[in-house]
Amino acid sequence: MDFNDSPEEAAFRGEARAWLAAHALAHEIPPGAKMSDTEEAARGRAWIRELYEGGWSGLTFARELGGRGASGIEAVIFAEEESRYHLPKGPFVSIGTGMALPVIARHGTEDQKARFVEPTLKGEITWCQLFSEPAAGSDLAGLRTKAVRADDGSGDWIVNGQKVWSSWAHLTDWGILVVRTDPTVPKHKGLTFFLVDMKTPGIETRPIRQISGASEFNETFLTDVRIPDANRLGAEGEGWACCMTVLMGERLGSGTHRSGIATLLDYAAATPDGHGGTMLDDGAVRQQLAEALAEEQGERFFQARLRTMVSKGENPGALAGMVKLAYASRYQRTSGLALELRGLAGIVGEAGDSATGDVQYDYIYSTVMRIAGGADEVLRNQIAERVLAMPGEVRMDKDVPFEKLTG
Amino acid sequence: MNFDLSDEQKMLGEQARALLADLSPFDRLRQLIDSNADWDEPLWRALAEMGFLGAAIPEEHGGLGLGALDLGVIMEALGAANAAVPFMSSIILGAEAIRLAGSDAQKAAWLPRLASGEAVATFAYAEGPGPVFATGTKLEGGKLSGSKFPVADAGVANIAVVLVAGSDLALVELDQPGVRRTKLDSFDQLRPHYRLDFDAATADPMPGRGKLDQLIDQAAVQAAFEAAGAAEACLFMARDYALERQIFGRSLAGFQAIKHKLADVAVATELARSNAYFGGWAAQSSLDDLPAAAAAARLSGIKCFEMAARENLQVHGGIGYTFEANCHFYYRRERMLAVHLGNRGFWASRLLAAQPGRQGQVA
Repeated sequence: MDFNDSPEEAAFRGEARAWLAAHALAHEIPPGAKMSDTEEAARGRAWIRELYEGGWSGLTFARELGGRGASGIEAVIFAEEESRYHLPKGPFVSIGTGMALPVIARHGTEDQKARFVEPTLKGEITWCQLFSEPAAGSDLAGLRTKAVRADDGSGDWIVNGQKVWSSWAHLTDWGILVVRTDPTVPKHKGLTFFLVDMKTPGIETRPIRQISGASEFNETFLTDVRIPDANRLGAEGEGWACCMTVLMGERLGSGTHRSGIATLLDYAAATPDGHGGTMLDDGAVRQQLAEALAEEQGERFFQARLRTMVSKGENPGALAGMVKLAYASRYQRTSGLALELRGLAGIVGEAGDSATGDVQYDYIYSTVMRIAGGADEVLRNQIAERVLAMPGEVRMDKDVPFEKLTG
Repeated sequence: MNFDLSDEQKMLGEQARALLADLSPFDRLRQLIDSNADWDEPLWRALAEMGFLGAAIPEEHGGLGLGALDLGVIMEALGAANAAVPFMSSIILGAEAIRLAGSDAQKAAWLPRLASGEAVATFAYAEGPGPVFATGTKLEGGKLSGSKFPVADAGVANIAVVLVAGSDLALVELDQPGVRRTKLDSFDQLRPHYRLDFDAATADPMPGRGKLDQLIDQAAVQAAFEAAGAAEACLFMARDYALERQIFGRSLAGFQAIKHKLADVAVATELARSNAYFGGWAAQSSLDDLPAAAAAARLSGIKCFEMAARENLQVHGGIGYTFEANCHFYYRRERMLAVHLGNRGFWASRLLAAQPGRQGQVA
């Protein structure tokens, strides 16, 4: 066991650090800075372009695809160094490199790789994810958006339906889309995967008014959207396998960012309790803070164990879901505690008090963490089934043609 | 970065597990309880023979000179087996106290005998209700006076390292007229605790001062390994029982109420194990990181074993309440481990005190 970089890792880190020192500052967005979505997306593209020109975009992608061909550990090291700066790295970046490119690299034709990989690595193409539907979230394979061949002999596909929770769909160039192409077979078997140009006629995105007050997620309506067959990824009926490639990337990418426990500890230590001491003298507060710290540290070191597995060429599989499961609930508990410690002051906002605003936002946003990218309950099933080898769920719909399903 | 045990460490853990599976099956534990035994002496002899007792004792004193992670894999195996041996008392606490704070003569006299299993040590710290690391016992002019209780494994120990006034440590041989040992009715029937009364007992001061924190931090890391091993044993026991048990026409293990509960136990166990790994690494390679690492490991160890011991019995249903089932060994040991070496509140304070910028600010 050794936490220090190997000589090769240290050399890589040094190179990354030096490059970032020379190039990252110009792209930083100060914390709390207000800017429009459009500007944020533009700043994101510029940063990807900078990364590309420096040879740091698509770190783990093969060189022949335009990437750097770096190892998983090198990608972790670069991410650590990059996270020292406040860079514009929203979902419009991570969906492209973390979801679209892996699925294209694995299931795409040579032509598709040539068309999409390098432009994405350059920031010329950004991506959104068109998976979930109003009636298909955790049970994604129950999706209803359908595609049929156009009757004009062109081989094109005509898509109709509705997608939801598509982050940044209003500002991205392309989408990864999964739809039903064959309702006569059981649900997982009738899906096909497409790459869709978001400027295609018939695509309409509407922002969702979220409980946070923001609207980074959208509903996306697809009405007679025509997609050339050349933009089909993988074979007809292979959509579920493509989805799995995407979702594995989502799981492995889930980090343990933003915990806020240290800030909360400072807050408690600096806030009088009215009895001559501070809030940190309260045993219940101490206990909760200490438990959160112990969990946070456990998540960090568990993540380190998983990364070690990856670096040895092993696949952590459902173990990766454990980190996300633990992290999401702790995030909610800690931000809830932070709000509670502030007492009544925690439920209002005052000009200049960005710390309370952050706490409030965290408490609202923590609900997303428990749902998106594998809901708690889905992850628990996966851990029970794949790590503990317990039986799978009863699936009434498993062998039934989709069109025969009720409800 | 390489955050994994070495192949040698993994092999050591497997050897320990194999030995324990062979010599310490559950029926053996039942037999020990029924005979009111103080320990499993044949198992102790076997552990000595395999070199496990001396794993972390320096080579110059008859040990193998390995480190905290090597001890950790052994502790994990002992926790999984719920073994009835004084490894924590004699090796993790007793021998390590002597290594850290003992004189050269004390080391030379006792470490080889502890490594060989010929002698057993214990660590006497509590003095009944009140602070767990109590210092009401006095050492004056080589004479020890006061009472320590409960003290684990004092029935089979030859020597005790005693925490005395001034947070100093004293070494006392237990087989002498000034020492009275009284066996207490112990909640963990496989880890008997005693009361030790010292009436001007002959004792030897240990010269190394200020080593108590390091000693208990290291022990907390090992307790986390033990807890993770025990929690995983409970997890697998519950899983295996649920797989076998048919209910409402199918396997009990197929119900989400069971799957989700055990998934949560699995997560808590992996977090505790990860913290224990880091604690073991810190104890070996980065003592500055040890206080925070030890406290986090200890807290997450308590948490995972608590969940696992309770839910294991629960998954078993009524059969879990019988002496013939195996849940109760862990259910009792869990509470014992949760309060030895300081409970959750104690370690929560230590964890907060070890945060950057907080040193000394938190009582």
